Amino acid sequence: MATSFTVQRDSLREPSGEAIILRLNGFLDAHTAPEFEKVIQHELEAGHVRLIADCGDLTYISSAGLGVFMSFIEDIRAAGGDLKICNLVPKVAQVFEILGFDSIFDMLPTVDAAADSFAGPPKEV
Amino acid sequence: MASIERTFSLQVPSNTENLAMIRDFVNGIGTRAGLPASEVAKLELAVDEACANVIEHAYGPEVVKEVSVRATLDDDTVQIDVVDTGKGFDPAAISPQNLEQLVAERKSGGLGMRLIKTLMDEVHYEMIPGQKNELRMIKRLKKQGI
Repeated sequence: MATSFTVQRDSLREPSGEAIILRLNGFLDAHTAPEFEKVIQHELEAGHVRLIADCGDLTYISSAGLGVFMSFIEDIRAAGGDLKICNLVPKVAQVFEILGFDSIFDMLPTVDAAADSFAGPPKEV
Repeated sequence: MASIERTFSLQVPSNTENLAMIRDFVNGIGTRAGLPASEVAKLELAVDEACANVIEHAYGPEVVKEVSVRATLDDDTVQIDVVDTGKGFDPAAISPQNLEQLVAERKSGGLGMRLIKTLMDEVHYEMIPGQKNELRMIKRLKKQGI
């Protein structure tokens, strides 16, 4: 019984430029975090730095998963982009809140709101 | 009336692929203890964090080692002990860096222990590196004063 985790990738063309939507599904724990890490690394290497993590189907996250978000955000912002987190289910949102992630990341209710937020400046850390 | 104590155990090879099995086990324990779903979820996450620490740090690549999870239920508490024989760690040595510092240094260490301490009512350690390390986490079923 291994943990199930998938990422579906979509591209969104907005007047302000292209954003990549990463739709996370399943369980993001110490077993699956390396998979998510590879996905983000791949986007950065391809020059995609406007990323939206759609967490609507993410049912579980542990610190290993949160660590992936944390370890990339500085590099993404240094490259002029941002990683927006949106559509969190309450159980997962609670974990982000306990650790104070809302002070670091732009957390939006929907994918549309996340896409719109790229028009503004990235959150100051 | 006498309190009945019930103990349940799970022993799995030290591999992150077994975290899902550990979470299922803990979910069953929390449910059996009568905790509401939100508290069961906290218990699950705390034990996942403790076991992931053991698998990734105490044992490293030694997948032949085992992680033991022992749950003890009584009328007042759910107690979970995570036991390993790895190199252990000194919880006091984990510096309480704030999130901004960790982000600036591209680090994510220490988040797991921070979560465990937030999610559980009591956390205790007994570390004898290489012999036996035990992390005891307690959740009270009835909050004091209620």
